[in-house]
Formats: sequence, C-alpha cells, structure tokens
Amino acid sequence: MLNFNNKSKVFIEFETENQQLNHDNSTEENRLKLYSLTISEVRDLLERKEVSVKDVVTSIYERIDAVEDRVTAFVTITKDEALKIADRVQEKITSENIKSTTSLLGIPLAIKDNMCTKGIRTTCSSKILSNFIPPYESTVTSRLIEQGYVLVGKTNLDEFAMGSSTENSGFHITKNPWDLESIPGGSSGGSAAAVAADECIAALGSDTGGSIRQPAALCGVVGLKPTYGRVSRYGLVAFASSLDQIGPITKNVQDSAILMNIISGHDPLDSTSAPLPVPDFTAVLGQDMKGIKIGIPKEYFIEGMDREVGISVRDSIKKLDSLGAIPVEVSLPRTGYAVATYYVLATSEASSNLARYDGVKYGFRAEGKDLMDTYLNTRAQGFGAEVKRRIMLGTYALSSGYYEAYYKKAQQVRTLIKRDFEEAFKAVDVIVTPTSPTAAFKVGEKTADPLQMYLSDIFTISVNLAGVPGISIPCGFTSHNLPIGLQIIGNHFDEESILKVAYAYEQSTDWHKRRPNL
Amino acid sequence: MRYEAVIGLEVHAQMLTDAKIFCGCSTKFGSEPNTQTCPVCIGMPGVLPVLNKKVLEFAIKTGIATNCKISPYSRFARKNYFYPDLPKGYQISQYELPICEYGNVEIVVDGEIKKIGITRIHMEEDAGKNIHEGGGNYSFVDLNRTGVPLMEIVSEPDIRSPLEAIEYMKKLRTILRYLGVCDGNMEQGSLRCDANVSVRPLGQKEFGIKTEIKNLNSFKFVEKALEYEIKRQIKILDEGGRIEQETRLWNTERGITEPMRSKEEAHDYRYFPEPDLVPITVEQRWIDEINESLPELPDKKRHRFVSGYGLPEYDSDLLTSEKPLADWFEMAVSLGGQPKAISNWIMGDLMRFLNEDTKTIEECPLKPKQLVDMLKLIENGTISGKIAKTVFQEIYKTGKDAEIIVKEKGLVQISDSGAIEKAVDDMIAKNPKEVERFKGGEEKLMGFFVGQVMKLTKGKANPQMVNELLKKKLS
Ligand SMILES: [Zn+2]
Repeated sequence: MLNFNNKSKVFIEFETENQQLNHDNSTEENRLKLYSLTISEVRDLLERKEVSVKDVVTSIYERIDAVEDRVTAFVTITKDEALKIADRVQEKITSENIKSTTSLLGIPLAIKDNMCTKGIRTTCSSKILSNFIPPYESTVTSRLIEQGYVLVGKTNLDEFAMGSSTENSGFHITKNPWDLESIPGGSSGGSAAAVAADECIAALGSDTGGSIRQPAALCGVVGLKPTYGRVSRYGLVAFASSLDQIGPITKNVQDSAILMNIISGHDPLDSTSAPLPVPDFTAVLGQDMKGIKIGIPKEYFIEGMDREVGISVRDSIKKLDSLGAIPVEVSLPRTGYAVATYYVLATSEASSNLARYDGVKYGFRAEGKDLMDTYLNTRAQGFGAEVKRRIMLGTYALSSGYYEAYYKKAQQVRTLIKRDFEEAFKAVDVIVTPTSPTAAFKVGEKTADPLQMYLSDIFTISVNLAGVPGISIPCGFTSHNLPIGLQIIGNHFDEESILKVAYAYEQSTDWHKRRPNL
Repeated sequence: MRYEAVIGLEVHAQMLTDAKIFCGCSTKFGSEPNTQTCPVCIGMPGVLPVLNKKVLEFAIKTGIATNCKISPYSRFARKNYFYPDLPKGYQISQYELPICEYGNVEIVVDGEIKKIGITRIHMEEDAGKNIHEGGGNYSFVDLNRTGVPLMEIVSEPDIRSPLEAIEYMKKLRTILRYLGVCDGNMEQGSLRCDANVSVRPLGQKEFGIKTEIKNLNSFKFVEKALEYEIKRQIKILDEGGRIEQETRLWNTERGITEPMRSKEEAHDYRYFPEPDLVPITVEQRWIDEINESLPELPDKKRHRFVSGYGLPEYDSDLLTSEKPLADWFEMAVSLGGQPKAISNWIMGDLMRFLNEDTKTIEECPLKPKQLVDMLKLIENGTISGKIAKTVFQEIYKTGKDAEIIVKEKGLVQISDSGAIEKAVDDMIAKNPKEVERFKGGEEKLMGFFVGQVMKLTKGKANPQMVNELLKKKLS
C-alpha cells in the first residue's frame, strides 16, 4: 500500500527547500523575539539570567498587540494579572536562586476557556457562561500554578468544545494564522492558533473527538491527547465525560513532554483519573527508533482524503521507515462506525452534562413568566445552534424506547472499537494516520453542513472512543502553504512511545520550525 | 367479591454519614440555608463527584443485615430531570447493577413469622429543598441537603395488608438503627417511603393495576394512606371500573389519596451509566470484614431472648425492637434479675413513663441496677409488689435507690403477725354487717376485707399473711 508517485516527491522536496529558506531568514530575528521561543528555550534564557520573566511576558503581550486583532484567539486576556505574576515569579527566581529547568517558572501559557481558573472568567465560549467566574481552580491549572506558570489568557473554542472549526464560539471566530480566511480547526482552535501565532509559548487544550489534534494539525503545531485517565478532568467543563481529556498544544514535541510531566497523574478529585505512576516523558526523547513497529491502518487511507494530505502522510511513513522503524499494515475494522458511535455517546453525555445551565444558580438567565418558561428562555437564548442540536440528539438517544437502539448499541460498538486497537497493538508499537482528512478549510465553508463538519474528526474520533493517546505533529504543507498533521497513536498509557516516535520524526524534519507570516 | 391487597414499598433512608456522598460537606440537619455546600454539591461547571467510601460501607452493612447478595460489580447512573432543587439537572443514583439485591426480612404478624423479599438496595444522593416563603413571585432554594446520602430499599410485592406494611417498615427501621446507618427519624424525613398498591380478587394469581403513593413520612400515614387506597380501588372494581395506573399523593388534611398533577409525573428520566464515576468493585474480603463487625441483628437477638431467657415471642419482639432497650434488659439480667420480671417492668411502667416524658431508653433516669435491687426487696419480702409500684415511680422520678426510698417513706412491708392480727381484728370490729354477710356465704367480700386491712396498714401489710389471717379468723 505504500506506493508513492514521483510527482508528490518533487512537491515535498520543493516544500522542504522553501521551508529551509524561511527558517534561515527568521533565525536572526527570532533571537530577539522571545515570544517565538519554546518552553525549553525560555527556560534556558531565564536560568542563564539573560532575560527576565518580565521580558518574556512583555514580549508575549507585544506580540498579542500586534496580531491578536487578526487572529482573535482569545476570549479573555489577563495581562494585568500576568504582569503581577511575572514580578512575583521573578522575585522567586532572584531571591531563592531557583533553577527553572524542571518547572514552568515564568513561562507564559494560554489556557482553553473551558478549564476553570479561580477568579478569572471561564466561559466555554458560551453566552450561558459569559459571566461565570469560578471560585475554584481546575487541577491542571493548579499544577501549572505550583510550577510558576504565567497565564496569558483564556482561549476561544467552539461553544462547550462542540465543533471542529471554532466557528461555533458564542463570541467570535478565530482565524488560522497561516491563512486568515481559514478556520484554525476546533474545538481548541484558540489555543492552537495562539501557539501558531506565537501569542503564548504553549497552551492547553481539551480533546473529546480530536479537539486538540485536529486544530494542532491545521495550525502546524504539536497537539497531544493523553490516554483517558492520564490527566485529571477536575475543573474541565464537561462536554462528554467519558471522552474528554486535557492535553498540551506546543511548538515542538519536547515541550509537549515537558507539559505532560506536569499535568499527568492521579487526582483524588477525579475518580476516573488513573492511579498510575507517571514516567518522565522527556526521558524517551532521542531514543533509537530501530525496530519500532509502526502500524498503518488500511481503513484510514480513504477516498475523500485530500490528495496532498495523503502524500504528506505517506512520505512521513517513508521517513520513519528510513529512521529504522518498521511499517506494518494493520486493520481497525470498525473504523467506519466510529463517527456514528461518537455522535451518539458524546451527545448523550452532553445532554446530561449541560442540564445544569438552567439559569437558576449562575450564568445567564432569561426570566420567564414561570419556572418552565425561564428554563426554556434561558436555554434557548443562552446556547448556540450546534450545542442545541447536540443536546437534542443526545436527549433523543437516551429517551425511553430509543436507549437500546442508540446509546446502548453505541456503547457496544465502542467496546468493539476498543478491541480493534487492543488487537492492533499486539502487533505494533504505534499507529500512524493522517490527523485530519483535509488541511484548514475556509471560514463558513462547512457551517451549513454539520455532517461534513463532523467528518473532519473521522481520523481522531476512534482514539477517544478507545481511550488511547494520540499526538499530531506537523508533517508537511499543502500547495496553499497550509500545514498538514501526522497522527501517531499509542497503546493505553503509552504516551512514551508516541512521544519517542514523534520526536524522532520531528528532529529529522523542519516542518515544526516554520512560522506563519503574520 | 373478596379482594386481596398487593403492596410493595420503596423506603428511602438517609444515611448517618458525617459527610455527603460525593463531597466533603457536612450532612448536619437544620443549619442556615446553603452553608453546607461546595462547588461539587451545587453542581458548578467542571466539578466531579468522588464516592464517600462510608456510604458504600453503610449500604453493604444494610445489604448483609437484610440477607441480600452484595454485588461484586455495581455502578452509578444518572437520573435526568429539571428542578431548581437539583443543581446538576440530574441525580446520581443506581439503576442497572445496584449494590445489593435478592434479600429479605422477617416480620411478626399475629404471632406468625412472614418473610418479605427485598428486590434491591441502592445508593443515591438527596436533592435540595425549595422554600416557598416571603410571598413574592419567587422561591428560595436550600442546597444543604443536596448530596446527603440515601439508600433506597425496594421490597418485593409481598406485603398483603397495611398492618404488614407497618411491621415491615418498623423492622427495617429497627435494622437500620441497630446498624447505626440511619436514625430512622421520620419527622425529619430521614426515613420516608413510596408505596405501590394494587388489589386483586382473592385467589387470583395475576397482579391488578397498581398506583404509587409518594412520600409517606410517618407510620400512621403509611397505614392510613394504604387503607384508603385499598378501599378506593376495591370500590372502583366493584362498580365495574378500571384502576388508572398513576402516581398519587396522600392528603393529610382530607385523609385521602389524590392524583399528582400529570405534568409532574410525566418524566422520562433517561437513565444512563454515570461516566464521572468508575464502576464499584467490592472484594469479598471487605464484605467479610464488614460482616464480622456487625452487631447481633434483631431477628437473631429475638430468637436468643426466647430460647435463652424463656421469654414469650411478644416480649422478645418488643425488647429487641431497639438495640439500647435490649441492652438495658440484658444488663439487668446480668446483674441477677429474673428475666420475665424485668421484662414485665420494662414493658409496663418503664415504657409508660418514658413515653409520657418522650424519653428514649438511653435517657432513662432509672438504671438497670436500681430495678434489680428493687426486685430483690420484693423477693426478700421487704416490700410488696404493690408498694414496689410506688417505689419504682420514686426511683424514676428522683434517681434514688429503692432501699433509700423505702426507708425514707417508711414503705417497709409489715410482716409482723402481731401487727397484722391487730389490723385484722380492727377491721372485723368495724365491719360487723359485712362479716355477717360473708359468713352467710357471700365469699366475694374477701377482697373487700383485704382492701380494708391494707388501708389500715397504709398498704404495707404482707398481703399473703393478711389473707391467711382473714381466712383463719372468719372461718
Ligand atoms: Zn459539597
């Protein structure tokens, strides 16, 4: 199945050269531009005391001032608070002479606006939570705070993380930094765009059916969805509880491993977080690829996949082959049922998870003549069209008389999909697929056709259903200079393998070094 | 036509844990509204439930005590409906796979033992409380109760009369209180029940169409509501009508059941497994440990009281209805009292005094040793049984020991034959007419004579000696 035509090769080589040029031009400039650095680079500078935390944070906000009006990645920008934290962190570094190498001291990160931040508005990009200020901190952000991170702001998303383009935000759309007329993907489009546009050093997103990996692919950055249960969901506003997982969106694989080290691990506040030890994810970076078996699922190279995406992914597999990995064809036979299964289960859980937004306790309320009227008005006006569509779908799927045919059946199929992966991982170490069937599409292109939009997640959804980890890394560009993503999927709690493979691939290519022209 | 009632009860018992079922908030009753709440129990965005292990332990205890099978694998489910006192828009409960199934309890009705099957016991969270006051076009919501752990104990349709229903409820309450998992306080709502009722012609196998009566919160209401509902259904059937399957409410003031507004019952709860909680797995080892830690349960105790102390079923049933009462009894026995005598005093005067003062046995001012000491005074003839009643009341009132009371009040029995003889002679002298009539054959006057002698001796004369002397003198 791995046959490559000559034409594509030429194209790839050309792109590579072009990319190399870009990189060389910008290196000199980048030294001065702190905002363009990675976590490890900023750490080094801070440790060597070449720059101060304030320099870094100021640089980020200068960048935001320069590009945010075009990208609109953020819902809330927390500049005043960030500068205060920067001072505090700097003092810590100076007075206690703390080495920043293992922490996030002074690193500016953006957080998707569906993770609760104490005292800072958390909206889920929904009108219904537009005035919601949580009195508690999510576990992931608590862990970042312990490590001394600086919150840049809260990023835009499809309302309640329901969407693949960030066009479903209740506030505004976010643009793809590579093409301001295109979408950045979703639902973590704000986080992916902010990383790609250098408006933060890195970000956190959440992934229910591809919401980290697909926007990372479309924005040319690295996005990792950990194994279900690896990272605490406490404080993550739930969309679909059995599928949601928080993960990093970064400029390279190393940063992804650094953030994974911090956010992973059991949380007594989340019963579904696994009581397993957390390895040092950075330890596997740079390990030899020899003998690693790479599964290529035949069902993923489908008709309807963009030709250039197919070419890039096949080239990537060739690249991995040349690094010593062994490509093996595998089968995930239930792939065709994944989208339907996902939309039954995710919407069912969502219909229940979103019941609490009723205008009674907090958030938006549209007063009615009686209780029922208030419920109806609040939810009719507070939720956007896609959220309402999914609540209705899920309510239907759980209704008496339909439960067996929809929810229960979908649960059974989910078990089979999980088994597909278990079978495949008996033979291979990781599985490689495209992240998304297409590169970024134009704003408005798919909004009229929800089904078409749902198919954007066709390659990422199974991973959530199976609960396994997956990473998307840049693996090429289309002829329109739009990034293409490669998805590497691992076995349960084996993020190490996907990081190892992703890192080896990344280090042998330069895709991740390219930056959009903003 | 003669009918038979078929009744099944769903009993909701509030568990006596210090903390709520899914968060650390206190379960204390009667605090200022919304002071015992946190982001978890008020359903803020993004928060997650974590099961309080004590709740699981209490449910398992109850399961063991009601002869249930404890499920090694069970799980929580969401019951979805909108209501202001339900902050998440769903209640976390159990649906498929409850923690306990297939149990039974024994009740005693008319001296006969009957087994009532338990279908299932499951854990769930309580909702809050809507408060309608202030008169405005609004209501208040108090979420202190939200997340307080409940057990729902569902019986088989094995109950055949309101009396059996009451006995079953009482037995459950006794068991729950023995275990210390529920205080059984019906006024505060820690024990309440829904009843499923149908009637069928006597001898018919198939069940009739049932109605459900919601939220019965006292034994009296359970009895009255069931009596009313059974009569209502029989009347409809006798007139050739059909029973409407519906949910009804007991109207305390009018003493009738009436249908709930259909809008309130038209719920499709859309149950599905709770994805925020992992399935519960219970190891046999833990079940064994819990089993070993259980106190002696009421049925076992009752059997032991019958066989060990020679008490009648009736006495044993009553004495074992509350563990502290049974403990009180056994303490007295261990101090050397005669079991049946102790039982008589407890079931008679002691229970009456406690009821009058609305005191529990634990608050009883009269201690087991004081009763036993008093019984010794009766046995050795220091006081008569009749005087003992006075003494007993004095101990209860003052807390003083019997001996002191007897001394202070001069209640020692007169067993001096000279003194008693004098009193008998005085009595005969004062009542010549009656003595004539007695001698003429009117023997029932003997009682009158005894009474007169006792009066003269202020009740202190040894009654046996009085009897003997009278017989001798009047024959
Ligand atoms: Zn609480």
